[in-house]
Amino acid sequence: TMATYLEFIQQNEERDGVRFSWNVWPSSRLEATRMVVPLACLLTPLKERPDLPPVQYEPVLCSRPTCKAILNPLCQVDYRAKLWACNFCFQRNQFPPAYAGISEVNQPAELMPQFSTIEYMIQRGAQSPLIFLYVVDTCLEEDDLQALKESLQMSLSLLPPDALVGLITFGRMVQVHELSCEGISKSYVFRGTKDLTAKQIQDMLGLSKTAMPMQQARPAQPQEHPFASSRFLQPVHKIDMNLTDLLGELQRDPWPVTQGKRPLRSTGVALSIAVGLLEGTFPNTGARIMLFTGGPPTQGPGMVVGDELKVPIRSWHDIEKDNARFMKKATKHYEMLANRAATNGHCIDIYACALDQTGLLEMKCCTNLTGGHMVMGDSFNTSLFKQTFQRIFSKDFNGDFRMAFGATLDVKTSRELKIAGAIGPCVSLNVKGPCVSENELGVGGTSQWKICGLDSTSTLGIYFEVVNQHNAPVPQGGRGAIQFVTQYQHASTQRRVRVTTIARNWADAQSQLRHIEAAFDQEAAAVLMARLGVFRAESEEGPDVLRWLDRQLIRLFMFHLRRSPFLQVFNNSPDESSYYRHHFARQDLTQSLIMIQPILYSYSFHGPPEPVLLDSSSILADRILLMDTFFQIVIYLGETIAQWRKAGYQDMPEYENFKHLLQAPLDDAQEILQARFPMPRYINTEHGGSQARFLLSKVNPSQTHNNLYAWGQIPANTFITEFQETGAPILTDDVSLQVFMDHLKKLAVSSAS
Amino acid sequence: MRNIRVPERVQTVDVAEGVSRLWSVRVELPWMTRRPPRNRKWSLGSLTLGTKSNLDLEPGEEGLRETGYHQSGYGGQPGSTVPPIPYGTYNGPVPGYQQAPPPGMSRAPPSSGAPPASTAQGPCGPGAYGQIGQGDIQNGPSSTVQMQRPPGSQSFGSAPLAPVVSQPAVLQPYGPPPTSAQVTAQLAGMQISGAVAPVPPPSGVGYGPPTSLASASGSFPNSGLYGSYPQGQALPLSQAQGHPGAQPPQRSVPPQASSFTPATSGGPRMPSMTGPVPPGQSFGGPPISQPNHVSSPPTQALPSGTQMTGSPGPPPPMHSSPQPGYQLQQNGSFGPGRVPQANYGSPYPGAPSFGSQPGPPQPLPPKRLDPDAIPSPIQVIEDDRNNRGSEPFVTGVRGQVPPLVTTNFLVKDQGNASPRYIRCTSYNIPCTSDMAKQAQVPLAAVIKPLARLPPEEASPYVVDHGESGPLRCNRCKAYMCPFMQFIEGGRRFQCCFCSCINDVPPQYFQHLDHTGKRVDAYDRPELSLGSYEFLATVDYCKNNKFPSPPAFIFMIDVSYNAIRSGLVRLLCEELKSLLDFLPRDGRAEESAIRVGFVTYNKVLHFYNVKSSLAQPQMMVVSDVADMFVPLLDGFLVNVNESRAVITSLLDQIPEMFADTRETETVFAPVIQAGMEALKAAECAGKLFLFHTSLPIAEAPGKLKNRDDRKLINTDKEKILFQPQTGAYQSLAKECVAQGCCVDLFLFPNQYVDVATLSVVPQLTGGSVYKYACFQVDNDQERFLSDLRWDVQKVVGFDAVMRVRTSTGIRAVDFFGAFYMSNTTDVELAGLDGDKTVTVEFKHDDRLNEESGALLQCALLYTSCAGQRRLRIHNLALNCCTQLADLYRNCETDTLINYMAKFAYRGVLSSPVKTVRDALITQCAQILACYRKNCASPSSAGQLILPECMKLLPVYLNCVLKSDVLQPGAEVTTDDRAYVRQLVNSMDVAETNVFFYPRLLPVVRLRTKSPIENTTEPPAVRASEERLSNGDIYLLENGLNLFLWVGASVQQGVVQSLFSVSSFSQITSGLSVLPVLDNPLSKKVRGLIDSLRAQRSRYMKLIVVKQEDKLEMLFKHFLVEDKSLSGGASYVDFLCHMHKEIRQLLS
Repeated sequence: TMATYLEFIQQNEERDGVRFSWNVWPSSRLEATRMVVPLACLLTPLKERPDLPPVQYEPVLCSRPTCKAILNPLCQVDYRAKLWACNFCFQRNQFPPAYAGISEVNQPAELMPQFSTIEYMIQRGAQSPLIFLYVVDTCLEEDDLQALKESLQMSLSLLPPDALVGLITFGRMVQVHELSCEGISKSYVFRGTKDLTAKQIQDMLGLSKTAMPMQQARPAQPQEHPFASSRFLQPVHKIDMNLTDLLGELQRDPWPVTQGKRPLRSTGVALSIAVGLLEGTFPNTGARIMLFTGGPPTQGPGMVVGDELKVPIRSWHDIEKDNARFMKKATKHYEMLANRAATNGHCIDIYACALDQTGLLEMKCCTNLTGGHMVMGDSFNTSLFKQTFQRIFSKDFNGDFRMAFGATLDVKTSRELKIAGAIGPCVSLNVKGPCVSENELGVGGTSQWKICGLDSTSTLGIYFEVVNQHNAPVPQGGRGAIQFVTQYQHASTQRRVRVTTIARNWADAQSQLRHIEAAFDQEAAAVLMARLGVFRAESEEGPDVLRWLDRQLIRLFMFHLRRSPFLQVFNNSPDESSYYRHHFARQDLTQSLIMIQPILYSYSFHGPPEPVLLDSSSILADRILLMDTFFQIVIYLGETIAQWRKAGYQDMPEYENFKHLLQAPLDDAQEILQARFPMPRYINTEHGGSQARFLLSKVNPSQTHNNLYAWGQIPANTFITEFQETGAPILTDDVSLQVFMDHLKKLAVSSAS
Repeated sequence: MRNIRVPERVQTVDVAEGVSRLWSVRVELPWMTRRPPRNRKWSLGSLTLGTKSNLDLEPGEEGLRETGYHQSGYGGQPGSTVPPIPYGTYNGPVPGYQQAPPPGMSRAPPSSGAPPASTAQGPCGPGAYGQIGQGDIQNGPSSTVQMQRPPGSQSFGSAPLAPVVSQPAVLQPYGPPPTSAQVTAQLAGMQISGAVAPVPPPSGVGYGPPTSLASASGSFPNSGLYGSYPQGQALPLSQAQGHPGAQPPQRSVPPQASSFTPATSGGPRMPSMTGPVPPGQSFGGPPISQPNHVSSPPTQALPSGTQMTGSPGPPPPMHSSPQPGYQLQQNGSFGPGRVPQANYGSPYPGAPSFGSQPGPPQPLPPKRLDPDAIPSPIQVIEDDRNNRGSEPFVTGVRGQVPPLVTTNFLVKDQGNASPRYIRCTSYNIPCTSDMAKQAQVPLAAVIKPLARLPPEEASPYVVDHGESGPLRCNRCKAYMCPFMQFIEGGRRFQCCFCSCINDVPPQYFQHLDHTGKRVDAYDRPELSLGSYEFLATVDYCKNNKFPSPPAFIFMIDVSYNAIRSGLVRLLCEELKSLLDFLPRDGRAEESAIRVGFVTYNKVLHFYNVKSSLAQPQMMVVSDVADMFVPLLDGFLVNVNESRAVITSLLDQIPEMFADTRETETVFAPVIQAGMEALKAAECAGKLFLFHTSLPIAEAPGKLKNRDDRKLINTDKEKILFQPQTGAYQSLAKECVAQGCCVDLFLFPNQYVDVATLSVVPQLTGGSVYKYACFQVDNDQERFLSDLRWDVQKVVGFDAVMRVRTSTGIRAVDFFGAFYMSNTTDVELAGLDGDKTVTVEFKHDDRLNEESGALLQCALLYTSCAGQRRLRIHNLALNCCTQLADLYRNCETDTLINYMAKFAYRGVLSSPVKTVRDALITQCAQILACYRKNCASPSSAGQLILPECMKLLPVYLNCVLKSDVLQPGAEVTTDDRAYVRQLVNSMDVAETNVFFYPRLLPVVRLRTKSPIENTTEPPAVRASEERLSNGDIYLLENGLNLFLWVGASVQQGVVQSLFSVSSFSQITSGLSVLPVLDNPLSKKVRGLIDSLRAQRSRYMKLIVVKQEDKLEMLFKHFLVEDKSLSGGASYVDFLCHMHKEIRQLLS
């Protein structure tokens, strides 16, 4: 029944961080294909589980070299023989000696059903500190730079004392600051126009072995401080004063920028050096490269636009006309960097604050492939940036950073399933195996992915393929299983392994279709399909993707999805599109849904706040609307409300209820703002306000200037009154949901026939 | 350390710098054959009076023998003692040249297996010379000459005597000669001792020559034993006996001396002149490196010696010279004629003969003609001082020959540029190119546009014509000058260079007086003076923008060597105070110059020293392949504003790199960086580079060690002077375009390829300083003095110099430190008051006697304060249709300046031998032309020199023997390249003293008490014969400064000067005299200070003791003697020159 399935789904999500599109699986390939929505799941590997303390031992692995699945509650155990059978490959394995005391009543945690998700703490291996490498653009306006400097200085106090921190600044040149020196501050400077290989960078920074004859000359102190080798990355506690001063003294890029020019900004080289520096000093160690930039790269490798202001930065239009000169080359440059960083387990964040585009389109792979954050704002001197940045360093219930590094996600499946791919902030590790499908959805061809940076909400869409043949019986035992093994560096610097093993029933689609339908998770399916759509949109032409989507299952949300910035580029710059897509591909289900179909709450004297249709008809004069689009929180006062407020009723004691009405959406908005990352744009507007456009652009245009006039219902002079009762017309050429649905029906009928 | 290769036998000497030097010994035998002169025709008269000096060679045979000279000498000196005898002997049969030749031929160490090396080197020289030399030259030393030298210096005399002894040891052995073994021993001894002045030392006195002779003569008697030869040998012996004889001559000296002194005193201004001079430097590790040719003859000699020894007395005869006796006498004793004149083949068999003979005399005394009879540079200088030092030189008259550079005089500008700015080879130019070709006298001007003036002379007036800028000829663009002719009542003027008629702009109009002269002529510098400046308008500025003030960038090598030697610490400490003395314009309170700092090893470190910073910031650029400047703001700063940060930086630099292990350096990227920095700051400026090693780190301009001594004396030798890579030329070109001048301070411990590293400084008008094996303790004073001077001196930046001439001649060739992108404009990124440009002119038409020839040198430059100015120098010369006029108005010092620069450039493209030959040929042609066209008819055996050029042979010989053209075994390739480029920028005074060093007797100072500290004693000729071992001498050549202490100096003197009780306790190689409170010490130190003050580079003092191994260094500078590297003695060269002339005439 629906109720139970909803509960089941919710339970599973809470415990395992997994939402499947189908919770009962069609047992054959043919049937699965007919279902249109693929068997897939949204996985939040490090979903916050305060109730799940990690166990202090290491997992037990299946001894079959090609399997290596981890012992889990689904395994059959022979307590007497001290054997366990792998539920994926059926290999029988001896328990390790430490498990000698095992029995039905003395089970290790990993065998208990409630531990379908379990976290192991690995004690072996050297622990490496967290590493934060700030890459700071100095081509900023004075107040912007000042604000950024303050944010950076503040961040030092948020870092764990033993974290290593480094600083690279760039403008026309790129400076790598040496943080270990006393007295004189020292930096290595690179030309911003020259692409350097990793080796060149390391040579020039004196990081290569041969370049450090001094060290060889003093063999006395071999590895006392394995991390002291880099003068550029130093423990925060040692250099925070130094670095604070250094940041304080940072000047705007001193090179003159003449009239009509953009500042020369060497973002491409700066990132390249950052990647090269970490690659040479801390390979395979968790690290964040944090790029703060206030404009597009204008020179050197990775340049996105020239320095002539009269030539604007590429638009979607330019891209469609193949008019974006630098895009391909720049994209290639950043992809190369992103892949190198990913290979070494380093993630790259981009904090881009500018009114114009900053090249996120070209640079998006840096964050998308490494699990870094992408933050877009108008200025560093805004609370949006300041709070977002601060939130990076927020801590969980244990006092640990909500960030993990260098994760590897390994997926194992029952024989009837194969892995088609994953969509999320990851790169393929190219591990082929028996459970890897030849058909790819998303990043496929592998059963392992690397996620260099992730937090408790990072969510991947993982797509499967049912490979059981049509005539084959429902598999033995009636259940299929999937195991997700995530190895990662915890913020506390420990290595950990989180294992989630799930199982779902197989059902014969012909005889048990109802079961299957009942177990369909519409929300998960919507998000998973949307991810697929966005994934395609990233790599294919827009209209094709829309057409593909239209051919798929049609649901309400698809209407909004079609209009969403994830697929629709109209009215969005390429950077904005990249930004929206970036977040869509990593947020969990709830957030993803909000992104697709914004939530609209209505506040009035008529009752408690209620969700209303995202429709122009919901815009009424005596209502306050709160819209959450994920990226924006909009509070909109209806016309009457606005007039009242203007008249100051809220300040009169006798109208305190009005005051409360005004306050209610503000409080609710605050709650959302508290929790969300990145900070949404917070808009407080009213009827007729210029920022009301944020609301108007989202609602279903059930009334537009087109239909109003066309129908001749409203004489021009009654225009305004009319709206108060029927909602606001929207000036748009977009079709309304009604029209869309009508059109769909026609299509459905005709295609059926 | 330098390794010098050792010939067969080597001796190692530790030089001050710790360099070990090896030298081969070459002994040259004088030629035996000298013919006794029949007459000496040297008439002193001619010399003194002389418009020309004649050396009359004995008509007798073709080959006159040098003997002639000697004889004369002898005659004179001996006067008392020996005289008669010698002559007699001479007269006897003389071997003559012919004999001589053989020796030359044999050069190769005949029997002795003398040092082949020498032979090799002395390419042409030897052979040819040898023969020639022998030619008979008679100088009959006229009595007059002798007269002059009368005995004044008795003290000397006496001293000498004793001194003589110095060699005595050697001599004595000879005396006894007998066993070969002994001889060898002796020889060896001799050589080692530094082939010291074997001779009768005493001669030290100015006129030395006589003395030597005297001693010789003196010896004769003694030597009597030996027979005639003896003379040479005798010397040694003579000590005992001879002295007496010797003395007389010495005495003679004094008188002269006295005469000199007056001269000196006469030029009271001298002091003032000197005053201004900056501290100069001497070469890098002067002692060691420079010492060029130090060779000890010994070994080779031995063989021959042995022979000689075989027959003790007879040795001389061995050579088969007919009259051994004579020969001996003349050449030194060995007369046997065979031999060798030093220069030429040096190592001859002859050498041996020496040995055998009077060991001692061997080297020196040998064959001289009468040295006193040949033209004496000292005499010429003194005469000029006496004659011209007292009156100001007024430049109003066209074609006047100015006083010599060695004379102190004031200049009054009355329409021609002061000789401090321009000196010419001749002030009277042949009217036609045919004449010029016939005479072969190069027409050249040595121009020092920003020369410093003594305080008594006003610097050029600055004329401001406002927005219209300087008035110029419309056609040739010459600037308004006193020679422009105003016509038509002053409404127009005719250009004196191209004859174009120009309108006078209304604002410049002025009426003419009855002589056709503008009535305001004397109110306007450009109408009445030879030198003046115009303020330039914006049209004269780069990009039509007035320039910003220039900048100085200090770029400091902080590699291991630089740190270890203490250089970096010393330099940083010094800079802290030195920055307060940056040059400024006029009376400006504060220098406008901004400064920047860079340190480097394999990478570069730039410093942000912005005044607002609490601490300097270092910015490292490792991308040396593609150098750039990492910062703009805060790199170039005002010293006063950023003082705290700069001081902090200079304090920290030595600390930061104290533990460096980095030994590799880059070089081109450093210059590139400095140039880019100036470019970014849009200003001109100067880079001061302090560099230690061959730049072998991977970077543009990377160099290899390509020093290959095997190339010396081959056709490929030129490679050593050429830059290794073209990268530096193109870099220099960029620097010039930016107005970036590069001064390079080198501190090498080994080969650094000066030839390549100095390319940029050379082409940008910069300077190179070299301190080999720099050690703070030893070299601090020299380096700091040079640095202070270099930083403080006034410099013009981003300059272009153009030399315009009146129709008929034009400037065709230029020498100096600059760059030329076309054939007329001399581009100088920087130009200071020490830099000179030598310009050669050729005819392109006929000149007119009436109108003469005009030169106008215009220098457009940016001053220290960033003001754009034009400095104009005008000079009018006479033209002649008679060659005699040309020869009468020549200036030998300038000629030598030109010829040296020409030759030094020649080594880049031709074998050194070819270059030397060409010089000799040209000199011979010049003199032959004179002889043929100007001299009154006389016998071919007479050598007749024009009065103005009578020093040409001696000076030219010095050029030929210089390290560049005839290097000794211990002269490094870097030294040669260094000297080559130094000479390139030298003015006339510098080349004069560089090629013919000043040798000043010191003790005489004491004897003549009234002389003030600053007054210099009269110099003596640069020959060992002139040294008295009872005296102390200072020798300087502008780069080196020696204090030579005779072995027999009185104890009191030793005590007064060195504060030790005896000669043996004096530390050899000492570089500082103790500060003692007694008149002698004060005077000597005062004299040293005054000498240093006259030079632009600090000369480090080296105390050399007689017969100490360091003496080799010193002897290298006794340029009238044979040099160990095969350079001819003055006498020999003169003979050779005579022969060449005769060949041309016949």
